[in-house]
Amino acid sequence: MMEHEANANPSHSKTTGLPRKRFYRARAHSNPLSDSHFPIPVSPSQVDYSVHYPQLFPSPDKFDGSKSIEFADVGCGFGGLLISLSTVFPESLMIGMELRDKVTEYVKERILALRASNPGQYENISVVRTNSMKYIPNYFEKGQLTKMFFLFPDPHFKEKNHRRRVINLHLLDEYAYVLREGGIIYTMTDVEELGVWMNSCLKGHPLFEAVTKEELEADPVVKLLSTATEEGQKWRMLNLVPWNSGPSCPFGQEGGGAKKDGNGEGKELVEFSLHFPPLEHLPPFP
Amino acid sequence: MEEENDKNPETTVAPALISVHPTHKFVSAAVGSDLRVFNLQESCVVTLADESGGHKDSIRAIRYSANGQLFVSAGDDKLVKIWATDSWRCIYSVASEKRVSAVGISNDGMFVCFADKFGVMYVVDIEDHNVEDGVTVIKKGVPILSHYCSIITRLEFSPDGRFIVSSDRDFKIRVTVFPKNPVNGAHEIQSFCLGHTEFVSCLTFVGSQKYPLGLLVSGSGDSTVRLWDHTSGSLLDTCYVGAQAEFLPSDGKEEDILPAVTDLCATPDGSLVAVAIQSLPGLMLLRCNQSSKTLSVAKVVSIPGETFIPTSIGAASSAPVLWMVMGASGLHVSESASLARVRGISGFSTSASESLDLETLVLEDAEIPGGELLLQTLQGKLSIGKEAFSAAAEAVKTAMRNLLIKKQYSAERREFRKRGRNDMKGKQ
Repeated sequence: MMEHEANANPSHSKTTGLPRKRFYRARAHSNPLSDSHFPIPVSPSQVDYSVHYPQLFPSPDKFDGSKSIEFADVGCGFGGLLISLSTVFPESLMIGMELRDKVTEYVKERILALRASNPGQYENISVVRTNSMKYIPNYFEKGQLTKMFFLFPDPHFKEKNHRRRVINLHLLDEYAYVLREGGIIYTMTDVEELGVWMNSCLKGHPLFEAVTKEELEADPVVKLLSTATEEGQKWRMLNLVPWNSGPSCPFGQEGGGAKKDGNGEGKELVEFSLHFPPLEHLPPFP
Repeated sequence: MEEENDKNPETTVAPALISVHPTHKFVSAAVGSDLRVFNLQESCVVTLADESGGHKDSIRAIRYSANGQLFVSAGDDKLVKIWATDSWRCIYSVASEKRVSAVGISNDGMFVCFADKFGVMYVVDIEDHNVEDGVTVIKKGVPILSHYCSIITRLEFSPDGRFIVSSDRDFKIRVTVFPKNPVNGAHEIQSFCLGHTEFVSCLTFVGSQKYPLGLLVSGSGDSTVRLWDHTSGSLLDTCYVGAQAEFLPSDGKEEDILPAVTDLCATPDGSLVAVAIQSLPGLMLLRCNQSSKTLSVAKVVSIPGETFIPTSIGAASSAPVLWMVMGASGLHVSESASLARVRGISGFSTSASESLDLETLVLEDAEIPGGELLLQTLQGKLSIGKEAFSAAAEAVKTAMRNLLIKKQYSAERREFRKRGRNDMKGKQ
């Protein structure tokens, strides 16, 4: 029925020029434990910035390390947050990391289309297909990042799959390593059980402390979070329209997360932002 | 089909291991579930006292503590056994949830660390190890760090005891600050040493009085030995050992895979590093210059008389003998299921590295410390059929490849495998 569009770019909308999600359908879950068969940089110095930010780094040889990626959106999904952040922090480089290849393709196309229709904008965002649970240190140096986002991660309800959760006590060591002092981890979920889990992991980790309420209120990112991501938007929709969810839950189609606890009563987002303290606050090594 | 081959018995092949007491008092060898210890000082066989009857499955890691008071063995039976070397009694038995792939002992001998095939490292506090009641105490490990679901291949403490270094199958070496009270977790990562392009198979430190911090040396499936500044994680030098030795021709079908480095052993002053490499009958000696921070090939030592490819090497800090073992358990080809052959090289010491002419000497069986009795003990028998050697070498190679190298499938093959997925069944 859409044959008449085929002569342009069939997967892109004719009016906006943006890629359309229906052509990038992907499974909601991906196994982070399986062996990866996509290229991974051997070390952070081998991340080719000219591929990701061609306007800022015209050729691979010109990369002098003067500017490096500051924000990482881990499990960026369809890239909604990246795109909102791009204009709020035009001077910061950011990257989305996503395991599902079709979704990564979509984000890539979306960014390219946005760059084409808004010259000079969206040059500071990019996306990479990777397994961030395994390869975070391959992309970032020690203390490189200022913000990391873990928004609506796969909840992995089964206890046997808890080790697949992207926030866990041991992986936080690696996140603390790539974050600089004072860097912030943003987590967000609509699954209460996962929220409690993430909060307890962060609370139990000696290298993180909670962000104060004042800091939270002053942070421009926090306001974005509930509106920018696709999952967050779904929740806004949910709060505006009083779905009396019966057995056919309307928002269970794309993200797996909403299905289980999203029975309409979860009005507030479980949200935690936590803080990476200066290392001198730690007990000194003997 | 290839899938069936993945599960063939070769995956249960475990290479033979050797470990030497720091003052050259004992030498231990592990073949399969068999742990054999020989007392070099008194030239006698050591009888192990363990009421639970020893290991039940292949031993994957053995090690003496730096002070020589402890010995640790662990492996596929998910048990870590901690022995007191004065009585050779098993004083602690630690149950692991998964198969154990590596062990380490803190320099002060207070903590034993072990890592499993799912990338978690545990610590056991053994401060109170002067228990004299003659019973094996059952302990439990506390998980303190993790390589995300990647097999941890080695654990090593830095010479100053500040760091615990762990290497994995995902090409990574992680340097973590070892806290004063490690049972609360080791969360502060000092650095990652990244540069290898295949699994990291072995680690050792080189250090001397002049350079007490030491430098880290690692060997890998990418056929290189690399020198690192572990404090910063920076790569100092790479030695492409695979390109610099004559190897036995492999069985033909896997020629694109470079021979992996299987073990490393440094002299006490760190000026020489012995390297065991798959398919290399003999050893490679590297000279490590700690002031210029370089590694270079000093010599390839060939072993006359037999095709001896060491699977594990070790040396004491007090004697200039490098011990080597070649062998494997779980073989299906030779007359017996396991094979172990022990050899020694003399002249593995500080003075040897200073003269350009390395006077390393492969010891004949009669010259080896401990003599025939030692060989009888560690090998299980004195003479070994020649054909067993090549079978063991091939089996060890295949087992290592199956365990540590990621499988590469063609696009076609991947599609085929996807179709066979359980969750996709009935949809096609």
